[in-house]
Amino acid sequence: MTSIEDINSNPFPPLSNLQRLAISESGFVFDPVSGHNFTVNETGLSILRLLQKDTEIEPILSQLSKEYEAPIRDIERDVLEFAGVLRDFVGD
Amino acid sequence: MSDEITVAITGMNAKPDNPGPGLAVARCLRESPEFNGRIIGLGYDGLDPGLYLGEFCDASYILPYPSSGDEALLGTLKTIQDKEKIDVFIPCLDAELPNLVRLRPSLEEMGLTVFLPTQEQLRLRNKDRLKELADHAGIESPETKSITSAGFFYKCQEQGWSFPFVVKGLFYDAQIVNSTEEATEAFKRIAAAWGFPVLVQKLIKGEEYNLTAVGDGEGNMLGAVMMKKMAVTSKGKAWAGISIDDKTLYDASAALIKAINWRGPLEVEVMRDRHGIYQLIEINPRFPAWIYLSAGVGRNLPLALLQLALGKPLPQFDDTKTGMMFIRYAEETITSISEFEDVMMKGGHSLTRPSNKN
Repeated sequence: MTSIEDINSNPFPPLSNLQRLAISESGFVFDPVSGHNFTVNETGLSILRLLQKDTEIEPILSQLSKEYEAPIRDIERDVLEFAGVLRDFVGD
Repeated sequence: MSDEITVAITGMNAKPDNPGPGLAVARCLRESPEFNGRIIGLGYDGLDPGLYLGEFCDASYILPYPSSGDEALLGTLKTIQDKEKIDVFIPCLDAELPNLVRLRPSLEEMGLTVFLPTQEQLRLRNKDRLKELADHAGIESPETKSITSAGFFYKCQEQGWSFPFVVKGLFYDAQIVNSTEEATEAFKRIAAAWGFPVLVQKLIKGEEYNLTAVGDGEGNMLGAVMMKKMAVTSKGKAWAGISIDDKTLYDASAALIKAINWRGPLEVEVMRDRHGIYQLIEINPRFPAWIYLSAGVGRNLPLALLQLALGKPLPQFDDTKTGMMFIRYAEETITSISEFEDVMMKGGHSLTRPSNKN
């Protein structure tokens, strides 16, 4: 179970790693440093776009909650899972 | 560049799971608008496909294996040189380089210009001197040890060598081994093929990243092209890869070249774990088989090497380009038994460039 400490510490890869990603509108993502490529769905694309500006989780959860009209607690679990997958691809 | 330049290139073998670099080097030159000379393909086996590919080679010849001795090699090269008037010789195989570097004065005396490291530089990048090189590059390296007896594998765990680890030849071949029996078999096979010493290397888990470039002999790294493998053959060779831009890999390679004033082509292999720790695995003193990617990213390194060898200005390199992929494929060439006979019995033949290619 994800703890409050996990949420409060930054779960995402470093901002510099995220900002170097080439993200296409189709959801295809390429990391020109590691050579990794992966695909994201529409929600993942939204999150990545936000993350390329700022990696603080609370503003992201607020934004997504507004965008998808869903409670933050429903979103945070999925976002943390996505963060974990991102760290696998983009590094930490 | 002058139309009269003739370049000889070795490494014309092209087994799909482990091709030599020579054909890719020839292709880089042939497809460059700045090269309009002749290419002579040199192979060690009558079934090396590059010996029959007129689209890349204007003539081809068989060389004696390095174990045949200096006299056989120089005699064959002299015969070829008398006929072909080669200007620049680009060797592409690890096993032939020590001899060719040592014989450089004799090669130059017969008119063959080479752009190669010195004997000392070649020794410095031997696989059994990895730690020293890694220190120059400012990165880590896995522990590597030379062994001359398979008895090592029966007590290796006492010496801190737990399975799995890698058994490697000094020039070629590497196998991950998981037990004493596997290690012993690998040791025997590699020793029989490539001699002693055989190396053991601690296994690093991570992803492999490669860089190829040319050292100008004055401490500078020219035209670096970096690649991550996307798919590998059963022998661990890339059959698909993508160009990247990794500053740590670049800086480590540049430091290494500067430290030893490397002269000629090279490939740097590193492993990078998910935390971003780099370990130097190997330095190969020649172009890699994936060198055609260098033309694909606008940094034709074989052309650059040719220019350096001839003392001419370097070609223009494009800015670092990421996201360019290479995907290797196997293709047959059709040739007649009489062509094969010429290669085997006369030592070589002339080739005709296909009429629909430049």
